[in-house]
Amino acid sequence: MKQFTSNPFYKFILFPVGQIVAFAVGASLVLSLLTVLLAYIFRANITDFDLVERVLLILPQVVINGLTIGFVYSTIALGYTMVYGVLEFINFSHSEIFMVGGIVGVELMAYFDHTGALQTMNQYVVIALAIILGMIISGSLAVTVERIAYKPLRGAPRLVPLISAIGMSFFLQDAVRLILSLTTGEFNVILPQFGTFDKFLVLAVPGIEAPLRFQIKNLLLVGVAVLMLVGLNYLVNGTKIGKAIRAVAQDRPSASLMGINVNMIISVTFLIGGALGGAAGVLFALKATKLDPFVGFFPGLKAFTAAVLGGIGNLTGALLGGLILGLLESFSASYLSTFTSGAFGAEYKDIFAFAILILVLILRPSGLLGQTVGQKA
Amino acid sequence: MGKLLELTNVHSYYGHIHALKGISLYVNEGEIVSLIGSNGAGKSSTLRTISGMIHAREGKVLLDQKDITHTEAHMVVSMGVGHVPEGRGIFPKLTVQENLDMGAFTVNDPKLIKERMELVFELFPRLKERITQFGGTLSGGEQQMLAIGRGLMLNPRILMLDEPSMGLAPVLVDVIFDTIKRLNEQGTTILLVEQNALMALSIAHRGYVLQTGSIVLTDDAAKLKKNEMVQKTYLGID
Ligand SMILES: Nc1ncnc2c1ncn2[C@@H]1O[C@H](COP(=O)(O)OP(=O)(O)O)[C@@H](O)[C@H]1O
Ligand SMILES: [Mg+2]
Repeated sequence: MKQFTSNPFYKFILFPVGQIVAFAVGASLVLSLLTVLLAYIFRANITDFDLVERVLLILPQVVINGLTIGFVYSTIALGYTMVYGVLEFINFSHSEIFMVGGIVGVELMAYFDHTGALQTMNQYVVIALAIILGMIISGSLAVTVERIAYKPLRGAPRLVPLISAIGMSFFLQDAVRLILSLTTGEFNVILPQFGTFDKFLVLAVPGIEAPLRFQIKNLLLVGVAVLMLVGLNYLVNGTKIGKAIRAVAQDRPSASLMGINVNMIISVTFLIGGALGGAAGVLFALKATKLDPFVGFFPGLKAFTAAVLGGIGNLTGALLGGLILGLLESFSASYLSTFTSGAFGAEYKDIFAFAILILVLILRPSGLLGQTVGQKA
Repeated sequence: MGKLLELTNVHSYYGHIHALKGISLYVNEGEIVSLIGSNGAGKSSTLRTISGMIHAREGKVLLDQKDITHTEAHMVVSMGVGHVPEGRGIFPKLTVQENLDMGAFTVNDPKLIKERMELVFELFPRLKERITQFGGTLSGGEQQMLAIGRGLMLNPRILMLDEPSMGLAPVLVDVIFDTIKRLNEQGTTILLVEQNALMALSIAHRGYVLQTGSIVLTDDAAKLKKNEMVQKTYLGID
């Protein structure tokens, strides 16, 4: 068994993928069961249709939608949690790093569209290029922001870098707005139409009335997110740099006595977190199709919430928290009005999701999984 | 047998606290030099100033004639200065193996790392038994072994140990001191900080006595052990 668990294939592929699948399936099952249970309880109150039947009819689709957005939240949440794990600092400008990644990715695709290359290129190559560029730009931006706005404040009281991060957030929003208006004359960027991403794969499952519909872009989104998560797991647990990141997170002075360049490791942490945020931005753009400089706020806030929900500083927690938050959002958007006979609509989904968060934190202040980045993910 | 390490008139501060007030000392290649003094005398600060965790505001630190006064800690380490800090500084949530790996962070040859790890396990077989355990779950003595072992992974030219006997049972203290002596016989230069002055002076070649940030006495270890002031203040002999 020991031999098996130290096998690299198990450690870096099987285990993390298994963990992701387990979290996705587990969280979906728990929420589905709770919802169906609630449907049974409320069934008597509603007379004009069968509540349970109505819930079950759309349940698979609700789960799929929730997981899709959940993976985006997880990927962003990892950026918050990595930086927190190493610096015990909440990088509030991470939502803008995410936004920049999305805008850069869309701009690249718009550029291909403009030159006419878009229609002749393989659609997956286009997406891959957009993601890579988004990662590079967001990663370097995150490193730069750290150097300029956080590093000089290390050792200052904790509130000071926090304020600096919020300031950086506003600065980046307005800087992007300025650049966009100077170069394109608009504040929005719009994803060009291309490829088959909007098409659906339809899967008829015996026993389920409505066939499962997987939009290709959602499958792509989940696939890329899983790839990122597996890559991060390898980086943190399987490489020398990853070990150094964990060492710095646990004991900075000791790490420097090992010959580890602590400043360099902090930069690497921002680079990785920023790159993940950038990738998430491009994925989000595929879904949202229209971005503006302020688009980072809500996904950023949700991802931050996800990180806290999972236990801030804990990488596995960020993954789990993101999935749960995405699912909660999807469930409440789809079912709130059904359950309340229209009294509360989908627009209350966030209130619901955040109410759950508050409940969890009252019962478990350290988050679902607690612990820190130093811990093996 | 030249001077491997030399401090001249070193002043170090923590903010406004003047911790080292003009320290001058040297360590020859192959020596064990011991730094003794009561709590707060500046022993740890001296080691920190050497390894670059804090920097001298005045004075010079030379390693092999090279000025390292303002060199950053991670660079000083890569120049062959091992520093096993007070309180051990074990990474609590890295395994024993990973802690040792971190000790060899600046070493790039995997074969060399493996060789040294074998050497560490030879010195401390206990660590080998605990190899997959988290550092934070080890006993105090085992943590000290790990801290020293981790320092050795660097194969340092000079190993600085800050109170390696602190909080250990007498049997373990003997093991640690025997190890230090053995390492020195195999060629590692040692700068040893100890509250347990008697033990320290028993294995050291020379010693320095620190009081409130200044060196008040230096001599061969054997002579220091017989010095009346040292006996009274640090050895508890009236
Ligand atoms: N991190 C620190 N911040 C402020 N003062 C410190 C710090 N570390 C040590 N000092 C002060 O510096 C002086 C020397 O301390 P130290 O070098 O730790 O002494 P020793 O190791 O001999 O017990 C003491 O007065 C101590 O209070
Ligand atoms: Mg001390």
